Amino acid sequence: MLKDQDRIFTNIYGLKDKSLKGAMSRGHWDGTKTIIEKGRDWIINEMKASGLRGRGGAGFPTGLKWSFMPKESDGRPHYLVVNADESEPGTCKDREIMRHDPHTLIEGCLIAGFAMAAHTAYIYVRGEYMREREALQAAIDECYDAGLLGKNNKNGWDFDIYVHHGAGAYICGEETALLESLEGKKGQPRLKPPFPANMGLYGCPTTVNNVESIAVAPTILRRGAGWFSSIGRPNNVGTKLFMISGHVNKPCTVEEAMSIPFRELIDKHAGGIRGGWDNLLAVIPGGASCPVIKGEDMGDAIMDFDGMRDKKSSFGTAAIIVMDKSTDVIKAIARLSAFFKHESCGQCTPCREGTGWMWRVMERMVKGNAQKREIDMLLQVSKQIEGHTICALGDAAAWPVQGLIRNFRPEIEARIDQYTYNAMAHGAVMEAAE
Amino acid sequence: MSVRRLAEDSVQPVAFAFNEENAAWAEATIRKYPEGRQQSAVIPLLMRAQEQDGWVTRAAIEHVANRLDMPYIRVLEVATFYTQFQLKPVGTRAHIQVCGTTPCMLRGAEDLMKVCQHKIHHDPFALNAEGTLSWEEVECQGACVNAPMVIIFKDAYEDLTPQRLEEIIDAFEAGKGDQIKPGPQIDRHFAAPEGGPVTLLEDVKPVRTNLEPQRDLAETAAATTVPPADAARPKDTAPETNPTLKTPATDKEGARKRAKTAEKQPLSGTAKSKPDPKAAGSVAEGAPPEPGAVSGDLKPKRTRRKTTTEGESS
Repeated sequence: MLKDQDRIFTNIYGLKDKSLKGAMSRGHWDGTKTIIEKGRDWIINEMKASGLRGRGGAGFPTGLKWSFMPKESDGRPHYLVVNADESEPGTCKDREIMRHDPHTLIEGCLIAGFAMAAHTAYIYVRGEYMREREALQAAIDECYDAGLLGKNNKNGWDFDIYVHHGAGAYICGEETALLESLEGKKGQPRLKPPFPANMGLYGCPTTVNNVESIAVAPTILRRGAGWFSSIGRPNNVGTKLFMISGHVNKPCTVEEAMSIPFRELIDKHAGGIRGGWDNLLAVIPGGASCPVIKGEDMGDAIMDFDGMRDKKSSFGTAAIIVMDKSTDVIKAIARLSAFFKHESCGQCTPCREGTGWMWRVMERMVKGNAQKREIDMLLQVSKQIEGHTICALGDAAAWPVQGLIRNFRPEIEARIDQYTYNAMAHGAVMEAAE
Repeated sequence: MSVRRLAEDSVQPVAFAFNEENAAWAEATIRKYPEGRQQSAVIPLLMRAQEQDGWVTRAAIEHVANRLDMPYIRVLEVATFYTQFQLKPVGTRAHIQVCGTTPCMLRGAEDLMKVCQHKIHHDPFALNAEGTLSWEEVECQGACVNAPMVIIFKDAYEDLTPQRLEEIIDAFEAGKGDQIKPGPQIDRHFAAPEGGPVTLLEDVKPVRTNLEPQRDLAETAAATTVPPADAARPKDTAPETNPTLKTPATDKEGARKRAKTAEKQPLSGTAKSKPDPKAAGSVAEGAPPEPGAVSGDLKPKRTRRKTTTEGESS
């Protein structure tokens, strides 16, 4: 288990003082000026060396992303945009950061902003997080009052942070959709290229980072890349907020080392699976868009990017949704199909039409009112949605369905058989075609 | 996508204006964005209008459009795109938003919805008889470790049981919603596990070793190569994506060589000075340079396609 000494979010449960003074006593805002004085290249190199991979789901190296920003300004301002539109079902880590440990994020914004020569940061908080937004704004106001932000601040880099919010659209978690939304439009993703590092917010160079990626940066720089990269296994280093929901005895959010075995994580922090390990049916390891994994495959699973790839799923945001044997797994995935159908922005046809189609077929599969050949058809259609859309929502909608068919095909077929059997046994009355 | 339309004309008020406090707030919000980018404030302003009136009226949409110099249709687009905007009147004392997505569903959100159907109205968005309450099923509200949960106005009520939700609904109906403590409704502190946290119990001393002036810079700069990740993709086992396969993209040298050989060979029909790029591509794939020649190991389909390519180019 990770030592408390090595945890970055020291107030994730909100049990300690969350004011600026309290945060400072826990080591935040310590030596921020020294870090900034070390210069842009030092910060970016240190971030690269730390091996931090973006915490928003895709796992793109954060230091590398920062280095994409133009070194010399061509007259356009640079922007840092923080993606706090945390909408992936299962994910609720940024919420805890914003309401209980906001100073990690604010300090991170300043340092990241300096590293990419941005004087302005927008934090895009999802619309549903109203109390979190208020807590974050209060913390930012504290920093302005203390002279840590704003013009001619104590840290030597003029910096403004504005909190913006959305209004309930999952798609705005996609970086270009987020920028569109921030510009006051519908959140429909843009085609890339041009990438946001060249043409982002208001047509200016922009970097979009997840809250957790930004919030861990100051501590990494203070303690050194070597410390961060010594936790976990190569290519999957550092600490990470894990969210364990579903059928465990004690669901919780906890910061743990990457590459922790699944069993250890569940037993130590979530009080075990409801009804014991033999009762485990399936796990969605990283939020709704990750393919479901069978319970028996999770026994030896390592919770990190590569570990989950080996299980043919993905690590995503480390939002672990556990299902025990009382779960109707087909229904659980059908509900996710309904989610993606609801959240498709409607821009690309394969996604707009495909998500609705998949949902309707999945609803029939839940009842068993389908033909077995339709399972293959569903798989085939999901493959045609995947990769044929502007953003990854098409992929995200297809993967849970594919995961279900790959791992639980016998259940789907048994459901269909059962439905057919019941129809025969009760003497089905055929409806007359009118 | 969900189909969302404005409410009937009969319920739309004729005019909208921000009250004094909100007008000042709107002014400050618009100033957060650069000059000429006031459009960015459209979501916050509409949200404030909704907080003021309870729902987004047509008059509010037009007011916001005028305020931000936007065409009406652009604001209407935003109001109908984002599902948090209520386009019809909702319950005056409480509009209960039950999260129904899988993590909440697994922990009993369906029972919560039954409570709402029983206590308020069978259908979502429909007002109860007195017009004080309404409910809807919403998608993930981001409190999954505290599932199941509902949101009423600005506050989340988490770790619910059907009985507890009934009590909460009763309290709101009686106008005493403020007496209920938001957050987890069981003995639990926010996202910490039930029964108290098992981590963050020790008193820790902050560490800042990296800022002490003794480190070698070259050492950190050496380990700078972290490959871009494709971790979000599941492992692809399809044979055509095997990285050991030679394609013109991966084996440029070989492709060029084969293209050169193909160039030297006389083509059937008219002579060509430049090899057709399409033909060169298929040559590089391993097809024989002689066009139209059917070799044993080649699929007849590919040969046919190649012949037509030749026919077009010659």
